[in-house]
Amino acid sequence: MSDHIVKSFDDELSQLNAAIARMGESAQTQFVATMTALRKRDVEAAACVIRDDIDVDALERDIEARAIRVLALRQPIARDLREVISTLRVVVELERICDFSANICKRVIALNAHSPEQWLIEIGELGELASRQLADVVAAFGERNQEKAVTVWACDEQIDDTYTGLSRRLIDYMKADPRNVAIGMHLMFIAKNVERIGDHVTNIAESIYYLVTGSVLDAPRPKGDKTSLDQVEANS
Amino acid sequence: MTNPNIPLATASTVSLIAAPPGADAKAAAVASTPKMSAKGLDFYYDKFHALRNVNLDIAEKKVTALIGPSGCGKSTLLRIFNRIYSIYPKLEARGQVLLDGDNILDPKYPLNRLRSKVGMVFQKPVPFPMSIYDNVAYAIRHYEKLSKADMDVRVEEALRQGALWDEVKSKLNGSALGLSGGQQQRLCIARAVALKPEVVLLDEPTSALDPIATGKIEQLVEELKERYTIAIVTHNMQQASRVSDYTAFMYLGELIEFGDTTTIFENPTKKMTEDYITGRYG
Repeated sequence: MSDHIVKSFDDELSQLNAAIARMGESAQTQFVATMTALRKRDVEAAACVIRDDIDVDALERDIEARAIRVLALRQPIARDLREVISTLRVVVELERICDFSANICKRVIALNAHSPEQWLIEIGELGELASRQLADVVAAFGERNQEKAVTVWACDEQIDDTYTGLSRRLIDYMKADPRNVAIGMHLMFIAKNVERIGDHVTNIAESIYYLVTGSVLDAPRPKGDKTSLDQVEANS
Repeated sequence: MTNPNIPLATASTVSLIAAPPGADAKAAAVASTPKMSAKGLDFYYDKFHALRNVNLDIAEKKVTALIGPSGCGKSTLLRIFNRIYSIYPKLEARGQVLLDGDNILDPKYPLNRLRSKVGMVFQKPVPFPMSIYDNVAYAIRHYEKLSKADMDVRVEEALRQGALWDEVKSKLNGSALGLSGGQQQRLCIARAVALKPEVVLLDEPTSALDPIATGKIEQLVEELKERYTIAIVTHNMQQASRVSDYTAFMYLGELIEFGDTTTIFENPTKKMTEDYITGRYG
């Protein structure tokens, strides 16, 4: 888009953009580090992610303050308004994604090298899907590319389907031996957190679509996580 | 700052001119029956072609804002709506402006009738050098013969509609020139509505006022639209977005985009509109 007559307005918007891009990078770095810590059962690396989450929170507050400042002092409208509103939405989604990473890391520490290899591989595959989605949506936001955003949005179902299968197998794993329940529950929450990250990625994709087009992506949202619909059988 | 993306009289402008006939007319139509409509309107200041094929509906009992950079023709358009241009020589309007279906540009359309139906308030408050009471009563006397008691009622009613009554009721015989700028402008609005017009035209009515006085006028506009059809020219983008139901963006004598105000300010269709309202015009 062309420049504003008032140059400092452009400066403020580009600073806001740079800050949200940094936040996108942080969310990716945190998540990749989380999945690596999980895979390698690396408690120290997990503690690192938890510690760095404080910096992410600070970055979120900084972006919010900048966005509020632009709203208050510049009264942006049309595309400018959508830029600021989308930034405010996306920063919250990215912060939540980082929270999920930190939560997974707490569980990595709690599992303390006791997680069975088979599950780490399976959750690792789910993490790969989410990681790719997160990278794609951060790129789509940077490029303001609504087509890429829609592709990401539509791909969330794959994460959901993978999670659904994994979750059912984890239940069987816990059913097989009650001693598996403590580990199984941590693994279940880890998998659920990864699946939730996928949902937040989808929210970001919707914000990108709104930012670029000014319209709401109103197609029915792809919903593949069917675990909440599974009927519980008595004494099963 | 000159930006190569912003057409001044370049390719994009040409493509707008080259839009299929009737495209603008369709875009500028309002959902309800319009109170006024400009149809194929052209205007000339002698040889200068100031308005080019403007098609625009002014919706009844709604506020329509006309925005655009200086010289875009928005004030000219407003001034055609009550034919005030006709006091100057060498000015010529072609096309039609319909008021309830009658073409007001037709010389046979009585000017008196037009001016009583379509009131106007200017950028700078212009109180007559007489009492507050007489400022309001002056025009009424021109059109109607009322008893003193009836006139008192009409003056009070107009001053109430101008949101000025409470401030001036104890000094109706005092000079209008003693009022503050904001009060003078509300007096002008009271004077315009005293004739019980159907349409009120406001030409940058708050550009000389402070924010408090501006707020009072904007509140007044909101109240007045229950009774009147309002068209307002404003340079203040936020004001257009605050007070209007519809917004028309004009540039170099053409109507570029018309739509409900929410759409124009949230997601305008044309790049030129967006560049203008977001402050990107170089």
